Amino acid sequence: MTLPTVDSLINNMSSELQNLLGQRGITQPAMVGIHTGGAWVANALHQQLGLDQALGLLDITFYRDDFTQKGLHPSVKTSNLPFTTDEQHIILVDDVISSGRTIRAALNELFDYGRPASVILVTLVDVPGRDLPIQPDIIGERLDLAPQQRVKLHGPDNMHLTIIQVN
Amino acid sequence: MSLAIPPHQLQLNEHGQLKHFLTTENLSTEILTEILDTAESFSSVGQQAVKKVPLLRGKTVVNLFFEASTRTRTTFELAAKRLSADVLNINISASATSKGESLMDMLWNLEAMDSDMFIVRHQDSGAPHFIASQVCPNVAIINAGDGRHAHPTQAMLDMYTIRKHKGGFRNLKVAIIGDITHSRVARSQVHALNGLQVGEVRVIGPKTLIPHDMEHLGAKVFYNMEQGLKDVDVVIMLRLQKERMNSALLPSEHEFYRLYGLTTEKLAFAKPDAIVMHPGPINRGVEIETAVADGPQSVILKQVNYGISVRMAVLSMTMSGQSTAITATSKTIN
Repeated sequence: MTLPTVDSLINNMSSELQNLLGQRGITQPAMVGIHTGGAWVANALHQQLGLDQALGLLDITFYRDDFTQKGLHPSVKTSNLPFTTDEQHIILVDDVISSGRTIRAALNELFDYGRPASVILVTLVDVPGRDLPIQPDIIGERLDLAPQQRVKLHGPDNMHLTIIQVN
Repeated sequence: MSLAIPPHQLQLNEHGQLKHFLTTENLSTEILTEILDTAESFSSVGQQAVKKVPLLRGKTVVNLFFEASTRTRTTFELAAKRLSADVLNINISASATSKGESLMDMLWNLEAMDSDMFIVRHQDSGAPHFIASQVCPNVAIINAGDGRHAHPTQAMLDMYTIRKHKGGFRNLKVAIIGDITHSRVARSQVHALNGLQVGEVRVIGPKTLIPHDMEHLGAKVFYNMEQGLKDVDVVIMLRLQKERMNSALLPSEHEFYRLYGLTTEKLAFAKPDAIVMHPGPINRGVEIETAVADGPQSVILKQVNYGISVRMAVLSMTMSGQSTAITATSKTIN
């Protein structure tokens, strides 16, 4: 499978996002990246769009639904939202969406900070395996992966995608 | 009944993760650092509009305090509630133990109510270890202070405070001052500081209140404040327990304050940017001068605030260690 370059995906996503914001009449959105890959993608998009609001970061570890099976992830980062989420239009960015559980956790965490006016979901890659009714508004690329395949984003410098096989 | 496995081994599961938290003794630098890092990541929860994360939703945490405490019990309760756990506070003096029920019967009953964690403070050294090893092996036990033995979460919040204000441990000189002999806090601090590879640990106090084995524990002993405080980065005062005043260990409260009380003049022997810490409750004018306790170098109230994040870290890590010990399956989510 030939994988697209991350730069070209981000260029496309950035113009799609600009259109969507225009359609919805949103002028001052705030962007939030999900640690870690989502934060890299968000950083690139944030720069391209030249947003005024500082970039936010979410680490959703404390909101995961698999704590009782997997336990605590050892390297948790601090969530940091440098703006008020109340009545704020938010662009939520992640690298890969599959089951949708990360986004469920991120939305829960976001709402613990306040009541956003709206949330737009942007993901670099969409792969099969959805467990929840969550769909991104903007997708860089859909990858039709086989069940034992996973996609991984490498970064933060020279961001690129690779496909890995799991058992 | 024997306690075959020592606390520092009993508190780890087969993957080397914390499943109880009984002592800071013999804990690896990695685990001690992990506690501090996890606490750091919880520090943002207090800034949320909803000051809660759902990590321990559905878990039952029991505060078992056989000895009076305000700060420690309330920060444990707050930590558990911020993790969304359900919290029971058992008032021991009013409970069935005063009706003749044995400690073990009471614990077995609480265990039968599907409790997931006991936070134990007890006047006898080793009580939390006994409960973890003999009574409730599948319930996470957190030591909230046992006799003269250990107070590991207090020590960890002190370590967090030091790292927060000084950036690290390796180049620091830390002095612990006061009644070392009767202090479970001091013992846990010395173990944690050594585990975190601090530059130098000192203890300062009268000969009657410093145990003989301090040098073996890796602390330098001083009997004089001027010598002991020289070039120190962190000054930790201990509470002088009033009851010691009435024993033969000290001449008088006034005499103790004159020799070891932390006054502005004595603090000047330490580095100019040294921080002043105290586990509370403070006896103003007994071990510390008001001007120092409320002064610019004091971080005493910050310690209380940090205590919540540190206890959230310990609660979630031990609960994680209990659950991964039972189910070792894993699946990544996206």
